[in-house]
Amino acid sequence: MAKVDFDTPEMQEVSILPKIKPGSMEHSSPFVAKDIHQEPLGFPGELVENFEEKVVEKMGDLLDKYRGFRVFLDSCVKCGACTDKCHYYLGTSDPKNMPVGRQDLLRSVYRRYFTFAGKYFPKLVGARDVSKEVLDEWHSYFHQCSQCRRCSVFCPYGIDTAEISMAAREILDSVGYGQKYCNEIIGKVFKIGNNLGLPGPALEDTLEGLEEDVMDDTGVEVKFPLDVQGAEVLLVTPSADFFAEPHIDGLMGYAKVFHAAGISWTISSYASEAANFGMFIGSYDNMRKISQRIRKAAMDLGVKRIVFGECGHAWRVAYSFLNTLAGPWDFLDPKYPVPQHILEVTHGLIQEGKLNIDKSRNDDIVPTFHDSCNVARASRMGDKPGGQFEIPREVIKAVCNNYVDMAPGTTHEATFCCGGGGGLLTDDLMEIRVKGALPRMEAYKQVTENNGVTNIVAICAICKAQFTKILPFYGFGMDAIMSAHQLVSNAIVLEGEGQDDADESEASEA
Amino acid sequence: MGTITVEGKEYEVDEEGYLVNLSEWIPAMADIMAKDEDCELTDAHWEVLNFLREYYEEYQIAPAVRVLTKAIGKKLGKEKGNSKYLYELFPYGPGKQACKYAGLPKPTGCV
Repeated sequence: MAKVDFDTPEMQEVSILPKIKPGSMEHSSPFVAKDIHQEPLGFPGELVENFEEKVVEKMGDLLDKYRGFRVFLDSCVKCGACTDKCHYYLGTSDPKNMPVGRQDLLRSVYRRYFTFAGKYFPKLVGARDVSKEVLDEWHSYFHQCSQCRRCSVFCPYGIDTAEISMAAREILDSVGYGQKYCNEIIGKVFKIGNNLGLPGPALEDTLEGLEEDVMDDTGVEVKFPLDVQGAEVLLVTPSADFFAEPHIDGLMGYAKVFHAAGISWTISSYASEAANFGMFIGSYDNMRKISQRIRKAAMDLGVKRIVFGECGHAWRVAYSFLNTLAGPWDFLDPKYPVPQHILEVTHGLIQEGKLNIDKSRNDDIVPTFHDSCNVARASRMGDKPGGQFEIPREVIKAVCNNYVDMAPGTTHEATFCCGGGGGLLTDDLMEIRVKGALPRMEAYKQVTENNGVTNIVAICAICKAQFTKILPFYGFGMDAIMSAHQLVSNAIVLEGEGQDDADESEASEA
Repeated sequence: MGTITVEGKEYEVDEEGYLVNLSEWIPAMADIMAKDEDCELTDAHWEVLNFLREYYEEYQIAPAVRVLTKAIGKKLGKEKGNSKYLYELFPYGPGKQACKYAGLPKPTGCV
C-alpha cells in the first residue's frame, strides 16, 4: 500500500451526507502534460500566451458543435438534486465536487462571454473572466470528476457533468494545459499501439506464457492467437489484460470460451488496445484516430466479427460511437452485432448449452458485482433494455452458486464509480481516488458483513486496477477484486481437461 | 522535473522520480532511489531488479506481473513465485516501484 499523507475517510453503515468543507481538495491537481505529451496529439506544448482569448474561442467552437453542451450550461435551476450524488463529494466534502459546483466552474465563464446578462451585469449572475487562476481551478476540479454520469441520472434536466468535464479538458488541452497521464498514454497508442506501450514481441511473449499457464492448469492446449489472418473474431481488449492482475485472469477466461466454442479468434498487435482515452479528454479527433486503428486491424486481418473485452469506457466508445468514428462495418458478418461484448458472446454460448460449466469450482467465492459506470449509464448490452445489468449477472450466476447484489441505489444505473475512472487512475491523484471510492467501499463492506461476500467482480480494466490499489485503504485484501471472466475461467470444463492426469494414474495402476 | 545525484553526477528525473533518459541508468542509482523511499536494497531486491533489466533489454517494456512472478518462482523456488513475495520486497507495487529503481519506464494505462 502506498505511503500517503492524507486520511482514508471512515466508512459509515448508511452513507451520511457530509457537511461541506470548502476548499478541502483544492490542492489536488494532476501533473501537467509537457510538450512531448501534448504535441503528438495536436495540442500546443505549453500554455499559450493569449490563452484568455483562445479559451473563449474554443468554448464558442464547442458550443456551436455540441448542442447538448450549451443546453447543459443554460438549463441548471440550482434545485440541489445532484448535490449528494457525486462519490467525490461524498468522499471529500468539498462543495466544488458537488456536480452543480463543478459545472459552475465552467458555467461562470460561459455566462461572462456568451450570455446577455453575463456580458453586462457579470456580478449579478456569477459570471467571471478567464484567468490563469480559473484555468488552475479547472485543471484541479475537472480532474476530480470521473465522468461517470451518476449525477445526470438524478438531475431533473438530465444535465451531464461528464460532457462539461470533457469540454473543460478539451479547452485546457487546446491552450496547452493538458493532463500528463491521459495525454502521455494517447501518445503511446499512436506510437506503439496500446496504452501500456507494449511492443509486438513483448505481447507475443506474454501470450505464449499464458498458453503455458493454461496448459499447466488444465492439460489442454488453448491458443492465444496474435495477428492471425482470416480468424473469425478480432478481440479488442484493454492492454491491461496482457499485463496486470486480475485483468489477465479475465483474458484467460475469454480464451477458454473461444476455445470451448470452437470460435477462431485473434488479437491484433496493431490494435492491441480497447481503451480510448480520447473520450476522457473530450477530443473527438484523438478518439477517432484511436478508433481507426481497430478498423484497419479488422480489414487487414479479414475478420468477420469484432468482440470487445472487459473495459468500461471502451465499451461506451464502441457501443455508442464506433459506427460514426470508424464505420461503416459492411465488410463484417451482419449476423452479429458490431461490436459485440465478450459477455454477450459468453452469455449466448451458455444459453445455447455450448459451454461445459462446473459451478462448484467457484464454491469458495461469494461474489458481488460492481456495475462499471460507462457500461451501466452510457451503453447497453444484448438486445433488451437493461441488458448491460442482466447479462453480466446472468453470466456470473451461471458459473457461481453464490451471488449477492450490493444495496439498491448503489448498483445498476445508480452505481457508484470505482473512484478511478475518466483519466484519474494515476498515482498523482491517489488521494481523490481513495476518497472517491468511499461510497462503493461502504456498500461493499455491508455485503461482506451481512452476506459473507468474499469478492467484488468488475468488467472494466480501470475498476480492476483502481480496486487493487484502494481496497487495502479500507481494510480489504487487494486480491478481493476479480474479473468476471476469471469466474468463467475457473468454472469452464474444457474438453480433454485433466486427461493427462487420468492417463498417468491409469498407467501407474497398471 | 528534478534531479538525482549519483556518484557526484546529476541525472534528470520526472515528477515521480523516474529516470528521464533511461540509457543513463547505473546500478548505484537504484540504491539511492530506494534510500529516498526508506527501502534498503538486498540481494533479494536485486534478483528482481536484474530480471527486470534483462527483460527490458529484450522487450523494451517491463514484464507483466505474471511473467515476473513466474520467472522469480523458477529461479528462487515456488514459494517466492507470487505477488505477495514481490509486494513484501516492493510495498508500493512491484510493477511501479521496482521499475523505477531498475531504470525502466513506468507502466502506464489501466494498471
